[in-house]
Amino acid sequence: MSAATAQRRVIVVGGGLGGLWATLAIAGGGQKVLLFSLFEVMRSHSVCAQGGINAVLDAKGQRDSIDQHIHDTLKGGSWLANQPPVKSLCEAAPSLIRTFERMGVTFSRTPEGLLDQRLFGGVKHRRTCFAGASTGQQLMHGVDQQVRRLEAEGRVQKLEWWEFLGLVKDADGACRGVVAMDLRSLEVQAFRADAVVLATGGLGQLYAPQTTCSTNSTGAAASRVYQQGARFANAEFFQFHPTAMLGEDKTRLMSEAARGEGGRVWVPKDPADRREPGRILEAERWYFLEDWYPAYGNTVPRDIASRAIWRVCRELGQGVGGGDRVYLDLTHLDRGFVESRLGAILSIYRKFAGTDPLDAPMEIFPAAHYAMGGLWVDFEHDPASGGVTPGSPRNHATSIPGLYACGECDYGYHGANRLGANSLLSASYSGRVAGEAVLSCLAGIERGADDLPAAPFQDEVARQQAINRELMTGQGSESPFQLHDALGALMTDRVGVVRDNASLDRAIAALAELEGRAAHMDLREASPWANQTLAHARQVQDMIRLARVMAASARARDECRGAHYKPEFELPLPSAGDADGPAWQHYRERWRAENARWLKTTVAEHGIDGPRIDFEPVDLSVLAPDRPRDYR
Amino acid sequence: MSAIAGVQRLALRVAGFDRAGHGEASSRTAAAAERRDSSASRSVELQIRRQDTPDASPYWQCFRVATKPGDNVVSVLRALRLDPVTVDGERVDPVAFEHNCMEEVCGACAMLIDGRPKPACSTLLAELGSRIRLEPLPKFPVVRDLMVDRARLAESLERVQAWVRLDGPWDIHERAPRISQRQWAADYLYSRCMSCGICLAACPQFEDAPAGERGFLGPAALAQVRLLNAHPLGRYDKTERLHAIMAEGGLSDCGNAQNCVRVCPKDIPLTTAIGELGRQTTVQALKDLFGG
Repeated sequence: MSAATAQRRVIVVGGGLGGLWATLAIAGGGQKVLLFSLFEVMRSHSVCAQGGINAVLDAKGQRDSIDQHIHDTLKGGSWLANQPPVKSLCEAAPSLIRTFERMGVTFSRTPEGLLDQRLFGGVKHRRTCFAGASTGQQLMHGVDQQVRRLEAEGRVQKLEWWEFLGLVKDADGACRGVVAMDLRSLEVQAFRADAVVLATGGLGQLYAPQTTCSTNSTGAAASRVYQQGARFANAEFFQFHPTAMLGEDKTRLMSEAARGEGGRVWVPKDPADRREPGRILEAERWYFLEDWYPAYGNTVPRDIASRAIWRVCRELGQGVGGGDRVYLDLTHLDRGFVESRLGAILSIYRKFAGTDPLDAPMEIFPAAHYAMGGLWVDFEHDPASGGVTPGSPRNHATSIPGLYACGECDYGYHGANRLGANSLLSASYSGRVAGEAVLSCLAGIERGADDLPAAPFQDEVARQQAINRELMTGQGSESPFQLHDALGALMTDRVGVVRDNASLDRAIAALAELEGRAAHMDLREASPWANQTLAHARQVQDMIRLARVMAASARARDECRGAHYKPEFELPLPSAGDADGPAWQHYRERWRAENARWLKTTVAEHGIDGPRIDFEPVDLSVLAPDRPRDYR
Repeated sequence: MSAIAGVQRLALRVAGFDRAGHGEASSRTAAAAERRDSSASRSVELQIRRQDTPDASPYWQCFRVATKPGDNVVSVLRALRLDPVTVDGERVDPVAFEHNCMEEVCGACAMLIDGRPKPACSTLLAELGSRIRLEPLPKFPVVRDLMVDRARLAESLERVQAWVRLDGPWDIHERAPRISQRQWAADYLYSRCMSCGICLAACPQFEDAPAGERGFLGPAALAQVRLLNAHPLGRYDKTERLHAIMAEGGLSDCGNAQNCVRVCPKDIPLTTAIGELGRQTTVQALKDLFGG
């Protein structure tokens, strides 16, 4: 067999939307896939996505266009995203929707039986395809079924209940396999592969419990490869979703679709007003988003909405009952319409809050939601199309040869702030692109991983076993669960919606201290079988190291851009009006100067003393940042 | 209608899975609201059936846990991890249990709560008494404590070929087929299955150790057959799926106890699916006999 046609083996880590799409692309291309998942594939956090997936179909009489989708996405991200990948993403969206549809995904329909679309934040067109309010779950079903079929045909092998611990690199520094732990037997084992795709999702657990993320969204896997040399980009850009339920164990997401379908955000004008919301007259309510942003109203992008809610509650003291909460109101809408379009979130709210959003407004506050930053990944710019070169082995390649990343764990598409319903799109698209890139990469491999010497695999297994042994027999006193709580509180408090350098300095010091404490844990559990404390302890150590990257990146960037907000460096927009007047001219000059200084990708590399932060240019070849973001 | 409902409820009590009907649901909502508003915390006793390994004997342990307003079974199990000391003052290993999303969409945390199979995350303490019994989801092999192995769920989905046979996951440049809003509404109900296994735990015909070659598929996989047989492309393989459920362990094993539909946390009309499949298999059997 020649190298080009040899059967190769690829490891995909993560069974969410990105990992399953990568698996489909790679196994569909004739290569064998080992699919690793922390639990049964199907239970990944992708199922929690609710509102929809963006694709320009232009079937709503609004003259929507792919160019407009590109523009909205780039502007929504404060121009920080590399533009060729965003261009290709938006161009591919309709084809992904058509493919999902063929898989059997139950997209909601118009009366004519065609795909329905609704409005989402940061846009003016109805561009979001959806399946009720459980779109992530439905898309997952589609790809999960396709992967199950490939598994039945022997082209995919699932390794469920295995946790990724580290990469194995050859003498040239290329990734040639992984070391993983069986979460039942705790066995640590090396697996050889000719390429590895990391699709391990987000890291909202760094902010627990004030997060919409599942308990498995720890970022531990990304942290592990970062510590092994992979670059991590734009870590300071982390999205706080404006509309999460209040909750002590978790702040559950209430989809942006609630606002897209007509939901209104308000507080009583008099913060001392303790009446039931239904008894407060229209004239006594303050619809502050509609007031501050008349052009976009309740569907401003998430960073804008979160800061507005923050300001209302924390700075103006106007939160409901004086607390950290505002109303998200659906009660003025048709009950049947809301039930059919948003049923899944109504059910969550009813079950966990005990009240019905059809009868009384929901109470919400921003919560940690989505990492725009992630593992740095490459792309090949195609000058002919302006997008990325299809099938290039550079696409979605991390800085470690042979290691690819896709989905929320990469940093690819969302710049400084992600638009709603672009995440299911980027997870699916990036999985497919990473899979295609892996196929190209395999074609260039001359020596398969099976022919490599055993030493690097044995060394990495030994290193990982030593970490386990240290934790299992350690003489420390710290509880991993309490350390996780301390981390969540620290990050929420100091690396949150609003940031300042003094506070970030304290966070950096506190994280270093926390990392030290995490080296002295007492698991208080010695079970050699399905020991969940051991797995969690390891995750907590790696979460703290990743938190240091976020804090250091946030400290390094002295400006306001998207989700990264340091009021000290804010350039306030002049009041709307004469765009050619002196106020605007002056503002635009300062805005351009700020872009010259800060419109750059933050890149962190692991160092012994902590993260080393550097900056690299952004590819702005599609659309020059022409105007500041203004949603008023 | 009421007579039928009465018979069904009786059958359910016999089976031990009396489930929240509509009336109960609203009282539960009211109880939850009351719970949320009351700032006073209380403590509950958790009686947990534990098992150290798949082959070990199960045993019971009792814990007293302080609770907060709004707590659910997952949140108290998480809190218990911090300091797992039994009521007898014995320091023990944390209780192993599964949970991910904590909002009833991933299906991981299903367990037996006071004898009824439920998602632990959406079971609020306000709905339960001050003594709560937790056991692993029955019908599945115990891994450890409240963790079970639900591999049979995936096997069932494979047996019924719960997928559309695509030529490939690439674009074929053709617009999506039209589906009426009415059909969408009916199909969507089935696509909300989260593979939690609760319907299987409640099903008298779904056995933990099937006697024959192949045990009963169970309602979850059957509902997916209903869903895929209705899809414009999925229906091309309808015959194969129907043959799969006409074989041993298939549709005819359903004993019509109707427990599944009562316990499903997502209100999936599982018995409606089974009824529709009964008609489809009858037609298929005639086609098989006479050709067509």
